Amino acid sequence: MIEIDGVTKRFDDRLVVDHLSLSVPAGGFCVLLGSSGSGKSTTLRMINRLIAFDSGSIRVGQEDVRTVPVEVLRRRIGYAIQSIGLFPHWTVEDNIATVPRLLKWPQSRMRDRVTELLELFRLEPEIYRRKYPHQLSGGEQQRVGVARALAADPELLLMDEPFGAVDPITRDALQAELLRIHRATTKTIVFVTHDIEEALRLATQIAILHEGRIAQFGSPLEILERPASDFVSDFVSRQGLGLKLLSVRRIGDRVRAGETAAGEPLTVDTSLRDALSVMITRRAERLPVCDAEGRNLGVIALADLIR
Amino acid sequence: MRVGRFLANPLLWVGMLFAVLLLRMGELRPVLRWAFPGAEPVIYQRSSFLTLFLSHLGLVAGASGAAIIVGVALAVFVTRPAGRDFRAMVNALATVGQTFPPAAVLAITVPILGFGARPTMIALFLYGLLPIIENAIAGLEGVPRGVREAAAGLGLSPWQQLRDVDLPLAAPVILSGVRVSVTIAIGTATIGSTVGALTLGTPIFNGLVTNKLPFVLEGAVLVALFAILTDMLFSRVERWLQQGAKQGDQ
Repeated sequence: MIEIDGVTKRFDDRLVVDHLSLSVPAGGFCVLLGSSGSGKSTTLRMINRLIAFDSGSIRVGQEDVRTVPVEVLRRRIGYAIQSIGLFPHWTVEDNIATVPRLLKWPQSRMRDRVTELLELFRLEPEIYRRKYPHQLSGGEQQRVGVARALAADPELLLMDEPFGAVDPITRDALQAELLRIHRATTKTIVFVTHDIEEALRLATQIAILHEGRIAQFGSPLEILERPASDFVSDFVSRQGLGLKLLSVRRIGDRVRAGETAAGEPLTVDTSLRDALSVMITRRAERLPVCDAEGRNLGVIALADLIR
Repeated sequence: MRVGRFLANPLLWVGMLFAVLLLRMGELRPVLRWAFPGAEPVIYQRSSFLTLFLSHLGLVAGASGAAIIVGVALAVFVTRPAGRDFRAMVNALATVGQTFPPAAVLAITVPILGFGARPTMIALFLYGLLPIIENAIAGLEGVPRGVREAAAGLGLSPWQQLRDVDLPLAAPVILSGVRVSVTIAIGTATIGSTVGALTLGTPIFNGLVTNKLPFVLEGAVLVALFAILTDMLFSRVERWLQQGAKQGDQ
């Protein structure tokens, strides 16, 4: 879906992105992880040409981004940022319909799309469509911001620390929603963050950036288990490594089939960490597990978590 | 209830007072005769006050209209990437225009353009430019960064960003600059009378020259009411604009 090939960017004399190459398959969730100044945000903004790169090439779905007129390119790519940037003088409906309006969709189609997106983000359409941004909470604003990015149904979604400014509880809920939407829509997402926990939770692939170069590119599990360098291992911090491992592994392959336990079942895609958390709060060593349709699969036990 | 609120509106009373004085100044003749004994005639009569007002209004509208168009256009230009380098220069020019006294502008332009409305209009235009440029720049730069980045990132063209996002969001700030500029222009336009422009200042200067205090009073009161009325109208529009931005509150 995205091929970044040997891209370099200088600001004045400072090399910000240095021969960076990266490839994200369609449907992937790629997190660019790094501290500030690592070039992660610059890389993201070069994909939709908010920043021009000096050399190399970027292709989105086979097309070189520099051969497409810049506004056409941007209308095809969803974009959500930390400061959200909702237009304060427009209603939620008008904000979400920004790109469809630029693409001259008919009124009725725009209206239906706004309804659909508000429902997707669990915002009651008839209440929220006429509200103005300043009447929303931070979490609601960010939902509308992501809805706006998704409005014209882009294949690719770029997100620049979108949940960086919301409180931890809201962030947790937004991450869960984004995962749900990613699974439901199979969009390709490139997501910038400096938060390792967030990266581990969301990504199918993580690119750790350091001084404009990729320090390691791989799945969350690979990065935790086999850090490519001291830098990566310092960055992901060995402290609390066990808990991080728990958070990237799912309970699915540890289920004891055929056994039963009491209580509300967990779904197979629950992380080991969440399973542990539920065991602690329920004071239970065994929990039932079901699949996405709610069919009983078996049991996960405390001992299984540390196998 | 609604009628009560309508009647309590100062805009209504100032407007009515202004209209009555403009059209029926003659009714005050006995009062003025009593206050200024021996000063005949007590009412300025060389042109009607309505004519003076319309000419005054035309001067201010023309000069302020041009200042708004030029001022906002310059502010837009220097807040775009292409014009950023000219920002200091435009600011300096506008400041010079403001510090240059309108009387001095008249002294320079009259020999070139002759007597009448044209030199007055140029003086008003130059004098009124600064508050408009300054406020328009402040307003455009006050558009939050995130909003501008989102607009660009979603694929609005530079023209759409300006028309749909930057200008509407800057409008309240731009308007308060226009308000200051126009109110100043109404007062300043009176000096145009010294070079032959017809304004509400004409009776003032005529009265000063011929030592007729009632003429000075008549002109001054009308100019003051005109300025106050205009200011009130602008504050109305400003409030309406702000409500527009927050209409969802009710």
